[in-house]
Amino acid sequence: MGNPNVGKSVVFSRLTGVHVMSSNYPGTTVGYTEGQMKVGDETAEVIDVPGTYTLDPTCEAEEVALNMLELGDVIVNVVDATNLERNLYLTLQLLERELPVVIALNLWDDTHHRGIQIDLDRLAEALGVPIVPTVAVSGEGIKELVEAIPHAVPGKHPARSRDERWAAVGRIIESSQVVGHRHHTFLERLGDATVQPLPGALFAIGVLAGSFALIRLVGESLISYVMDPVYNALWMPIVEAVSGALGGQGVLHALLIGRIADGVIDPVEAFGLLSSGVYVPLAMVLPYIVGFYLILGILEDVGYLPRLAVLLDSAMHRIGLHGYAIIPTLLGLGCNVPAVLATRILESQRERFIAATLVVVAVPCAALQAVIVGLVGDFGFKYVLMVYGTLLLVWLILGSILNRLMKGFSPELLIEIPRYRWPILAPVLTKLWARVLGFLREALPIFFAAILAINLMYLGGVFDALARFTAPVMTRLLGLPADSVVALAVGFLRKDVAMGLLAPLAMTAEQYVIASVVLAMFFPCVATLAVLVRELGAKDTARAALVMLIAALTVGGILNAIL
Amino acid sequence: MFGWFGRKKQRPTFDGDIVPLTAMRPGQRGLIVEVKGGRRLGDRLEALGVRPGRKVTKVSSMLLGGPVTVEVDRSQIAIGHHMAARILVDVTVK
Repeated sequence: MGNPNVGKSVVFSRLTGVHVMSSNYPGTTVGYTEGQMKVGDETAEVIDVPGTYTLDPTCEAEEVALNMLELGDVIVNVVDATNLERNLYLTLQLLERELPVVIALNLWDDTHHRGIQIDLDRLAEALGVPIVPTVAVSGEGIKELVEAIPHAVPGKHPARSRDERWAAVGRIIESSQVVGHRHHTFLERLGDATVQPLPGALFAIGVLAGSFALIRLVGESLISYVMDPVYNALWMPIVEAVSGALGGQGVLHALLIGRIADGVIDPVEAFGLLSSGVYVPLAMVLPYIVGFYLILGILEDVGYLPRLAVLLDSAMHRIGLHGYAIIPTLLGLGCNVPAVLATRILESQRERFIAATLVVVAVPCAALQAVIVGLVGDFGFKYVLMVYGTLLLVWLILGSILNRLMKGFSPELLIEIPRYRWPILAPVLTKLWARVLGFLREALPIFFAAILAINLMYLGGVFDALARFTAPVMTRLLGLPADSVVALAVGFLRKDVAMGLLAPLAMTAEQYVIASVVLAMFFPCVATLAVLVRELGAKDTARAALVMLIAALTVGGILNAIL
Repeated sequence: MFGWFGRKKQRPTFDGDIVPLTAMRPGQRGLIVEVKGGRRLGDRLEALGVRPGRKVTKVSSMLLGGPVTVEVDRSQIAIGHHMAARILVDVTVK
C-alpha cells in the first residue's frame, strides 16, 4: 500500500505478472486485485490496494485500502522517493500498528533528476524496516524487493498523535535527505502553464480536439485499410460458401447468415452469427476501441486528466460534481462499467449518484459510438454532431436538474496534481492490449448471445407482439418505426448490437439521430446495470433507472418535435 | 451564470500580511499559518501535506471561483476555492 499515484499497481504487476491498470493520476485503482508471487519456495498471495494518504479514510477507495490492511501478513509500502515528507506520514502510521513492513522506495530514478539525495542507511535505521529503492516502470530493484519481503519486520514505533507524527517525519527527513537546487524542466513549465486559466483552456481545447481527431483517424484507418479488406477478402467467401451450402434459406441459415437483400449478404444488416456477428464487433467496433483506449492511455500516463479536472471544476460544480468527476465521465466514453466503478474516487454518495447516473444516461460507450458513427455518419457528419451535441446538452441539463433536486451540496475539489511524464511506449501498449482483450473477452460472448437471441425471438414472433404493443409510444412520441422498439429491447444486452438492428429499417437521417440518442440514454446494458446495482445499491439504481426512462422519452419526444 | 461580468470583486492586496491562499498571486511564496474551518477539512488537507508550518508556493487559480493550485513539498495540490479561502498564509516568510 501507499499514497495515491506512487506506482503501487506497477509494483504489483512486476511482482505478480498480473496486469492491472496503472496511470499517472491519483485514484486509478479503486478496488483490489489479487495475484500470486514466489517468495523463496512458497507462493504468496499479493493484493493491490487503492492508494491512501492516511489510515483515517476520507473516501470509499481509501476505506477499501484500510479494510485490506487487516488481511495482510506483510505490507509492501510503496513510497514516492521524490516526496518523502508526505509519504512517510502513512509509513509511520503503518509502523505504529506493528505490522511487518517492507518499503519500496519507488520513482528512485527521479530523485537524481530532481536534485534529491537520500541516505538509505539512515532512513532504514530511522524507520527500522528494510528499504529497497525501485523503479517499477523499468523493473529496477524488483528482484531485491522480492528478496527483502521475507525480512520484513514489524515496526517498533510508539503510537503517536498527529502532530508528534509529523514532527517525527520532519526529524527523519532532516537526517536522511538533502534537496539541492535545480532548474525547472520543460515538463514542469508545461505542467504549471496548463493549470493557468487561459493557456490551460486553450491547451485543453487543443488536447480534446486532437484526441477526437486521432481516435477517428486510428478507427477509420483500421477499418478502411485493415478490417474491411480482411473481411471482404478472407471472411466473406467463407460466409458465402456456408450460405450456399445451406441453400440460402431455412432456420439455420437465418441464424448463421441472416437475411440476404438483393442477393448480397450485407455485413451489418444480415444479422447472422457469421456475418454481422463477426463484422460488427471486430470490424466496426474494435477499431474504435483501439483508437479510444490508445489515446486515453497516453493521456492517463502523461498525467493530463487531473489538470482537466482543475480547469472544469467550477463548471462541474453547476451539475453537482467537482472537477474530478470528469475522470469517470471520460472513462465512460470507452465503457460505462469501469466508469461507474471509478465514481468511487468521489467523496459523497450524492456525487456518486449524480456522476453514475449522468454516465449511464448521457455518456455513450465506444462500442455504441462506433456503430453510431458508422450508421449515422453515412448521412453526413452533421447528424453525428447532432447526436453528440444532444447528449452533451442532456448531460449538462440533467446534471443541473439533479443538483437542484437532490439535498446536500457538492464537496470541494482536493486532489494532487501529478507531474507530467513522457509516456513510455511499452506500458501504453500493454494497457491498450489489456483493455482490448477485456473487450473481446467480456463483450464478444454477450454479443453472440444477443444476436442468437434476437434471431430466435424473431423466428418465434416475440418481437412482432412487442412492436404492436409499444407502437403508440414509438411512433407517436418518438416518430420511429414500430419495429425499432426491438433495438431498444436489445439495447439491454448490448447497445452496439441494438444500433446494428436499426440498420435495415430504412429510416431517415433525423430518425437515426432520434434513435441513436434514445438508445444511448435508455436503459443501460446488462453489464452496466450489474455494476450500478453493486455500487449504488438497488434503491438508487431504481431511482437512476426512473431518471433514465423519463429523460430518454422526454428528449426523444423533443427531438421528434423539432427535427 | 455570467454574473461575474458585472460584479467587480474586491481584491484586496495584503502585502506584508497574512492572507488567504485565494488572495495570493501566482508564483508568490509563503508560510501556512492556519487552516480555518472544520476538523474534517483540516484532516483532508493535512493528509496531503497542506498544514500549518509548511511553505507553500501558489501556482495558479482558475477564474469563476475555480480551484487554486499550490506547490507544497515538491508536490502540487489543487484545492477547491472555498477550501483555499480558509487557508491563511503569511506571505512575509519567503
